[in-house]
Amino acid sequence: MYKNFFRYLISAIFLLGLSVNSNADFKVGFVYVGPTGDHGWTFQHHEGRNAVEAAGIKTTFVESVPEGADAERVIRQLAQSGHDLIFTTSFGYMDPTNKVAKDFPNVKFEHATGYKREHSNVSTYSARFYEGRTLLGHIAGKMTKTNTIGYIASFPIPEVIRGINAMTLAAQKVNPNIKTKIVWVFTWYDPGKEAEAAQALIDQGADIIMQHTDSTAPVQTAEKAGVWSFGQASDMQRFAPKSILTSIIDDWAPYYVERAIAARDGTWNQQDTWHGLKEGMVAMGPYNSAMGADLVKEVEQLQKDLASGKVHSFTGPIYDQKGNILVAEGKVADDGMLAGMNVYVKGVEGDIPK
Amino acid sequence: MVPLIKIEKRNDVPMALYFFTPFIAIILTILGGGIIFYILGFNPIEALKFYFITPISNLYGLSELLLKATPLCLIAIGLSFCFKSNNWNIGAEGQLTFGAIVGGGVALLFYNQEGFYILPLVILAGAIGGMIFALIPAILKTYFNTNEILVSLMLVYVSKLLLDYLVVGPWSNPEGFNFPETRQFSDSSRMPLLFEGLRIHAGIFLALAAVMLSWFILYKTYLGFQIKVSGLSLKTAKYAGFKGKTMILVVFMISGACAGLAGVGEITGPIGQLHRMISPDYGFTAIIVAFLGRLNPFGIIFASLVVALTYLGAETAQIFLQIPKYTGQVFQGMILFFLLASDYLLFFKVKILNLNKNELRH
Repeated sequence: MYKNFFRYLISAIFLLGLSVNSNADFKVGFVYVGPTGDHGWTFQHHEGRNAVEAAGIKTTFVESVPEGADAERVIRQLAQSGHDLIFTTSFGYMDPTNKVAKDFPNVKFEHATGYKREHSNVSTYSARFYEGRTLLGHIAGKMTKTNTIGYIASFPIPEVIRGINAMTLAAQKVNPNIKTKIVWVFTWYDPGKEAEAAQALIDQGADIIMQHTDSTAPVQTAEKAGVWSFGQASDMQRFAPKSILTSIIDDWAPYYVERAIAARDGTWNQQDTWHGLKEGMVAMGPYNSAMGADLVKEVEQLQKDLASGKVHSFTGPIYDQKGNILVAEGKVADDGMLAGMNVYVKGVEGDIPK
Repeated sequence: MVPLIKIEKRNDVPMALYFFTPFIAIILTILGGGIIFYILGFNPIEALKFYFITPISNLYGLSELLLKATPLCLIAIGLSFCFKSNNWNIGAEGQLTFGAIVGGGVALLFYNQEGFYILPLVILAGAIGGMIFALIPAILKTYFNTNEILVSLMLVYVSKLLLDYLVVGPWSNPEGFNFPETRQFSDSSRMPLLFEGLRIHAGIFLALAAVMLSWFILYKTYLGFQIKVSGLSLKTAKYAGFKGKTMILVVFMISGACAGLAGVGEITGPIGQLHRMISPDYGFTAIIVAFLGRLNPFGIIFASLVVALTYLGAETAQIFLQIPKYTGQVFQGMILFFLLASDYLLFFKVKILNLNKNELRH
């Protein structure tokens, strides 16, 4: 009896000590696909990490982790070295994240932009970037003189196609003659290729350059050529102050802080997060004064309406390139359709690479 | 008086010293790394410990080291045939990629099928793919006198773009939402793991076999003799009546096959599918490995482990000390630099002479 009591006491003390310890030692790890200084995708995730650090939680990051065989080792090392929550911030980490999660059931994993949650300790998250694209489309439709919008696209995945469509629909609403020209560069980050693509689009008559890639090369090319452009992922204004009309900013900070605190306090649970303008995961950079006060006001109103849900980026009637109806009048596209989007809407030129 | 630097060739370089300089280069690299860490504001001893000891202080780390060294070793073994015979194959990365494409294609062909013969077929296809891709610069060199450095290097981009095209388009996973990757290969075309829970796979035996075989070919066969003579003096080789063209084709084929095997080992081993990032430039890093190993099969084993450790160390150092990961590349660069520098001093001596201006005019 005494023996048992003694045993319980010891294990209770031990557990208490362990839990106090784990609170103090609570650490969050981040895996980045690019360098922290890319001024785009990774830069914004790093800003999010800084916010977690500012909230008093210890963090670690590993940058430029290739999405090949090395990713699994880095994620595993973070899990092994006492990190309690690990953010893997690129699509290519999807399988390695799930694989490591299986072996570390007590560690929480958050994978950005993926769709696999094979274990209960894996959550996924992404942002409704397309809401930002709707605003860009509205601005582009009003600002273009040649009615031609040049779009530098990375990979023909639903997220990118959604952005192209959302932008085109919004631009058509204010300017029915809009045409969207696309160059696929098949990379997320390659300043040389992105700059060439921007130049090619400008040569084809585009006076607005939009990008779904991460470097600042397109906006700088646009600045040189004297055409309008939009920043991507982070506020790129200082790289092309005359040319940039606004930027779509990925603001991961609130989400990262919230999830880190939840994991520390034991309230973390598995979820699939898709936040937008409403939650602030998508934010807009400062508007260029060249837009004029009226247009800025219009766009700010639209931003509010998108956030409140009064306006939806994909409101019917929406037609595909051949004129078939995709979304009926008065209906909005549901998340399932958005998540699997693989056709262009009317007004986009060319075919989706297959 | 004007000091004059004169560089003279040393005549009698002891072989022992020749094989010892790589160690000097490694020691200088570690010292140089320590100085860099110190300048960056880290405790150099602690940083070096995280760099070179922590990554391999447990079983998992050791397995990862071998996993990382396997492709480097394979490619470097192949390259040693080319380099020894004065053929500058810089495109191992392309041969690796093409081998992975062909091997991966076969693996996808047998998707969801069972059979003990599938994996050997996939591996064979990878080796043949690399071989064919290496034959392009070899044939162009032998029959059209092109420069193999340029051709093999440019072909790297060709194969990478081909891989891009395939994983984005025709070979992309039909259930994968257009993401640039193929299906996960079936278990029948995956390398068997050696230990439960570790990633080290049967591909390491391919590397070891390549080491043994290359030692045998280089030191015990007529072909090996030809290769070495051609490397020492092309004119002597011609005078001796060696058929240069066949030898060039053969060394490129060996080199390509090894690179192709490395590629197929990666995709059937730790990766399990084709996507755009199958190799973090192993084909280029292996050039450092080949020279650090003195183009000697057993030296290459050692060199591949050292260079693999710079990759792992860079990750550990960033995780524990937040030292930028790019120091890994700095280390690789330093190893090569110190190796070349010590080679230079090994083969040449620097003399400082003091001469009169008058003497100079003569």
